[in-house]
Amino acid sequence: MVTLQINGQAHTIDAPDDMPLLWALRDIVGLTGTKFGCGIAQCGACTVHVDGKAVRSCMLPVGAIGNRAITTIEAVGDTPNGAKIQKAWLDIEVVQCGYCQSGQIMSATALLNRTPNPDDSDIDAAMAGNICRCGTYVRIRQAIKNAAKSA
Amino acid sequence: MSMSSKSGTAGLSRRKFLQVSTAAGGGLMLGFQMGGALAQAPAPKKYVLNPNAFIAIARDGKVSFQIPQEEMGQGVYTSLSQLLADELDVDLANVTPLPAPPSDALYASPKGRRQSTGGSTSIRGFYTALRQVGASGRAMMVQAAAQQWGVSAASLRTENGQVIDDAHGGRKLSYGELAPRAAKLPAPQEVTLKADKDLKYIGKSVKRLDTPDKVNGKAQYGIDVRMDGLKVAVIAASPVVGGKIARVDDSKMKAMPGLQLVALDDLVAVVGPNFWAAKKGMDALAITWNGGENAKINSDAIWRDLEKGSQQKGAIAKEEGDVEKSLKADRFDAAYEMPFLAHAPMEPQNFTVHVKKDGTCELWGGSQVQTATVKAASDALGIPLEKVTFHNYMLGGGFGRRLATDMVTKSVRVAQKVDGPVKVIWTREEDIQQDMYRPAYRNAMSASLTKDGKIDGWTHRIAGGSVIAAITGGKPLKDGLDGDAVEGAVNIPYAIPNLRVEYAQTEPKALNLGWWRGVGPNNAVFAIESMMDDLAKKAGKDPVAFRLAHLGNEPRLKAILQMAAEKSGWGKPLPARTARGVCAQHAFGSYIATITEVDVTEMGKINVRRVTSIVDAGRTVNPDTIAAQVQGGLLFGMTAALYGDITLKDGRVQQRNFNDYRMMRINEAPQIDVHVVPSTEDPGGIGEPGCSAGPPSLVNAVFAATGVRIHRLPIDRTLLASRKIA
Amino acid sequence: MSKKNFGIAIAVIAVVAAGIGAWMVMIPGPTAFASGSTVALADYKDANPTGVPKEMENASLIARGEYLTHAADCVACHTAKNGGQPFAGGLAFNLPNIGTIYSTNITPDKETGIGNYTDAQFLAALHQGKRADGQNLYPAMSYTSYTYMTEADALAIKAYLFSLPAVHAPAKQNKLSSPFDNRSLMGIWNAFYNADERFRPNTAQSAEWNRGAYLAEAMGHCSECHTPRNLAFAMNNRKKFAGALTAGWRAYNITADQKAGLGAWSDNDIATFLSTGHADGHGGAGGPMGEASDNSLTFLTAGDIRALVVYLRSVPAQDSDLPRTVNTPAPVSHREGVTAGLDSRGEKIFAGACASCHDWTGVSPVSKYATLTGARAVNDPSATNVAQTIIAGVDRTTVNGKIFMPAFGTAYSDDEIADVANYVTARFGAKGAQLTAKDIASLRKQVAQQ
Ligand code: FES
Ligand code: FES
Repeated sequence: MVTLQINGQAHTIDAPDDMPLLWALRDIVGLTGTKFGCGIAQCGACTVHVDGKAVRSCMLPVGAIGNRAITTIEAVGDTPNGAKIQKAWLDIEVVQCGYCQSGQIMSATALLNRTPNPDDSDIDAAMAGNICRCGTYVRIRQAIKNAAKSA
Repeated sequence: MSMSSKSGTAGLSRRKFLQVSTAAGGGLMLGFQMGGALAQAPAPKKYVLNPNAFIAIARDGKVSFQIPQEEMGQGVYTSLSQLLADELDVDLANVTPLPAPPSDALYASPKGRRQSTGGSTSIRGFYTALRQVGASGRAMMVQAAAQQWGVSAASLRTENGQVIDDAHGGRKLSYGELAPRAAKLPAPQEVTLKADKDLKYIGKSVKRLDTPDKVNGKAQYGIDVRMDGLKVAVIAASPVVGGKIARVDDSKMKAMPGLQLVALDDLVAVVGPNFWAAKKGMDALAITWNGGENAKINSDAIWRDLEKGSQQKGAIAKEEGDVEKSLKADRFDAAYEMPFLAHAPMEPQNFTVHVKKDGTCELWGGSQVQTATVKAASDALGIPLEKVTFHNYMLGGGFGRRLATDMVTKSVRVAQKVDGPVKVIWTREEDIQQDMYRPAYRNAMSASLTKDGKIDGWTHRIAGGSVIAAITGGKPLKDGLDGDAVEGAVNIPYAIPNLRVEYAQTEPKALNLGWWRGVGPNNAVFAIESMMDDLAKKAGKDPVAFRLAHLGNEPRLKAILQMAAEKSGWGKPLPARTARGVCAQHAFGSYIATITEVDVTEMGKINVRRVTSIVDAGRTVNPDTIAAQVQGGLLFGMTAALYGDITLKDGRVQQRNFNDYRMMRINEAPQIDVHVVPSTEDPGGIGEPGCSAGPPSLVNAVFAATGVRIHRLPIDRTLLASRKIA
Repeated sequence: MSKKNFGIAIAVIAVVAAGIGAWMVMIPGPTAFASGSTVALADYKDANPTGVPKEMENASLIARGEYLTHAADCVACHTAKNGGQPFAGGLAFNLPNIGTIYSTNITPDKETGIGNYTDAQFLAALHQGKRADGQNLYPAMSYTSYTYMTEADALAIKAYLFSLPAVHAPAKQNKLSSPFDNRSLMGIWNAFYNADERFRPNTAQSAEWNRGAYLAEAMGHCSECHTPRNLAFAMNNRKKFAGALTAGWRAYNITADQKAGLGAWSDNDIATFLSTGHADGHGGAGGPMGEASDNSLTFLTAGDIRALVVYLRSVPAQDSDLPRTVNTPAPVSHREGVTAGLDSRGEKIFAGACASCHDWTGVSPVSKYATLTGARAVNDPSATNVAQTIIAGVDRTTVNGKIFMPAFGTAYSDDEIADVANYVTARFGAKGAQLTAKDIASLRKQVAQQ
């Protein structure tokens, strides 16, 4: 049994310590917005926030999380930067198939949390770990800048 | 003007074309049978499980629209809804797109016989037909209102889901109110489509309908299916095509609770309560495979076969003028090669299957081919089509991968051994190593120039495996020709008096083939545009000017190529080892002119700085979606040109995951400017062609920057290191 | 020069040469650093330092043999990469300028393995480096270490190997350049460099120390990688455990040196590292040491691990050219830290393929095994192990579960790997490496392969 603080709620789940958070979220808690893309921290589809920081949940064992606060795509819109990013994403239609976008949005929100006015170099450093097979990079870059400028 | 003609489906009776019925709750249902080949097709097959219509108008005025095509990011839910909403005259915000159930009879594109999303056919296929359906619905609403008020239909107009009678103080009836009455009317025989100036949605960059749920985690893809009692399976198919299990040692797996081993001749699955448990069980297995003959195949053997294949005479796909004579003088020979490629959509392959005790089967997953999915399951189980139910989901990327049904078949085979529903998930490694790969090709080309630097003779022989043959189960090709493999080559846009295009079918061993975004033209455009650059150099001409000189018969392409040159600053000086490259193409009914600017470091590393693409896709439905598709397609193609390479050793695919099947990342992505030019020509396709434009413009820029011609993709950067370093 | 003078000169040269030769030849034994005198095992009064630990004394011969086979880590060399059958051989050792040697099949297959070996032949292989046919083995086989093993322990290993299924796996042909292809020359080499004697306990040291010495020298053959070799390719015990480059990987200084050795490690750190291949704050074992950990050390009892710690602790400090390890994380922002303003090529790849796991700080947000801060590899300015890890990845199955890092060697070019290795060592370590594409190409060639 492991207790996790997910989106402001405590969840006690029957999972072995080594189960990556990704599968606890998707298969046990039922939060399927966080996606599986590679399982080896190469694509970013599984990105969540742990204490506000973007973390790849596919490699993070639930036993190593403790009481730290987990935020997923389902709740990131409740944070000011999450909402800004989501809006900016829709305003310029970043999304294509959408499968990578949960992770993109989590990474972008974490970026704004730390760097309110990111430039291209900040965006590269924060977003290069998120692969988009549909090729939405150009718009992701623009949307992050738009979100930063928005009130 | 062709678009406001009475009917785009010539020779088809309106009555057969539309079926009217009452929807649940008393609304209107407009059934729609597609034209073309299907006009002659037999009545809907038995497995039409849910004979719903294309549009349903409920009494509350809400409109739902069953989208025959799959939404996989290309925006088809929105663009097809735009076509419909505009002619029906309803607010797009009131339209709910729904995935259509499997039915070739109801939902096949007018461009084909099957319900299938691929080949950039959605808009090309449905543009006119859907507008007609919408217009028919609107006409019926007007008719119903005319009946109710006892006035002439001609005196009424519509606006935002309402019929308005201006002659009587502007009284109104909503479509919802009118739906029950309209449902009793016959379908109109003739409709008139809106004039261009009256279009409200078509041609406008309206907001997409599918994206809000994709930014908040609510969108459901196949892999997100959840239900009571659902188990999860991880699978491992024979790493060598045609291989069989020799031995499975499951002693370590057995020590883990709650797992089930499924070992089926050529595939192994571990079933567990969740993915992680199943994956750990799979990791604990020791599987020995018997690879058979294919286990001896390495990539270099395949390349040798392709080279040999390209030296044999192929089947002639096109011949004009006297090629032999024209090639006698001063001929230029070159070969350009393309590797095998995996699709690697972001959502790994998966299917959820419940093989039930009562002999039926239920499927959940994302597919580009709904009816073929049902068929694959019915074949695997030996049960009739009507016993299979399929719930189609949003696709986390298609790119052609989900035009195949191998994942359905494998999942069903596993599910047969499982009690209750099971979600079968491919790991990324399995997804990459068990793909239906884009064939490798070798293009053997020759050309000659006239004294004034015009192309006189041209031969283009394409050697490679045939996807058409692969998807028809290896049937011999008609006259040895594969129409896909030569697409783009036979309709080369350049005016060349003496020309021959051949296809030399050369099937690779030990790999399965499938459609890959951009399909045939990917190869042809790469070869042609590389050759054009080489010939321009030989003729001592500027690459853009050289192309323009050969585009006399293609005014549309000529115009956008000129525009691309202008917008990209073609000809303006650049620093050392920095240059621009061009690609002009006509494929899938659309024209694209692309100019890519790169710099190449002393070590040979390529930085793609900027891409300018001008697109003439004819009439547009959603220009912003077109731009997005071209942006994405360019990066998809460039990723392949820079990194994509599936190789075989001992019959096994060597690439496993994104660490060794590499993807372009945001910090490598160039600035991309796409301009969609207005046009009144027939709409062209756009999902595929951007992909073909990336690689040639990139290698041509590299050529201009370094003087090194890339003859095989992906680009071998060690060839590009400057002499100073090498 | 007169004839006489000439003669004197020759004589002087000869003496000097002989002196250098003797210096090279008369190398002290592996435990000679320790004070006290040694005795034959039979004369040693304290607890027997050889054999299996006390708790296993009554186990069957095969079970004891299995423990000792783990301790001697036979499987590491006698198994080909990528799913080779255990003990069936076929691993290639690529020795620069010498050639390639393949390990052999030591399963009991009569035709291709050691199924026909008598006890005496087996002992001759382990102690004298002689094959059953009397030919010399190459010292890629660690018989200069195994020679210290007792007969009883060697035969227990044989019994275990013979209990395994026979695998038919013909030996691969070695590819050696002349004169190394002449096995008989090894006879001369053996005369100088193979002690051909069994372990002699040191009466001045504790029983635990002697156990550790036996495990480290006769069984685990730590010196084979961690002790530098002289020009004749023999272990130079004057620099015992000072660290060396072996098979393209750096085996680190494991002497008491404060800066680059184990001097600053706690006993507990060393014990944890030995038994799990990782110690928090010191990083993890990759490459051959990772294998040694997973195939061998992890099977040792806690008592044996303690004995190894005691023994390692006693090895005198040897200077090392490695700088002091940096133990503070790098800044959170990629803009800050010593890499700010550095050539951005390495940073670019790091951002895409590495930062997700290793973070810009070097402290991994997902796994302590992925933390770079404090790891020796990133503090080694040669970046040898960093580069090798990028190329080959890590795929270890430990007592604590899987430790995994993907391999980037096939999709990333030599210059890209050099760029990343230079960046990583600069950002997280004591001093940035200056690797070039050529260095990476050479490192790729040196590693043991299939
Ligand atoms: S699934 Fe976690 S990074 Fe790809
Ligand atoms: S939107 Fe499809 S993978 Fe990014």
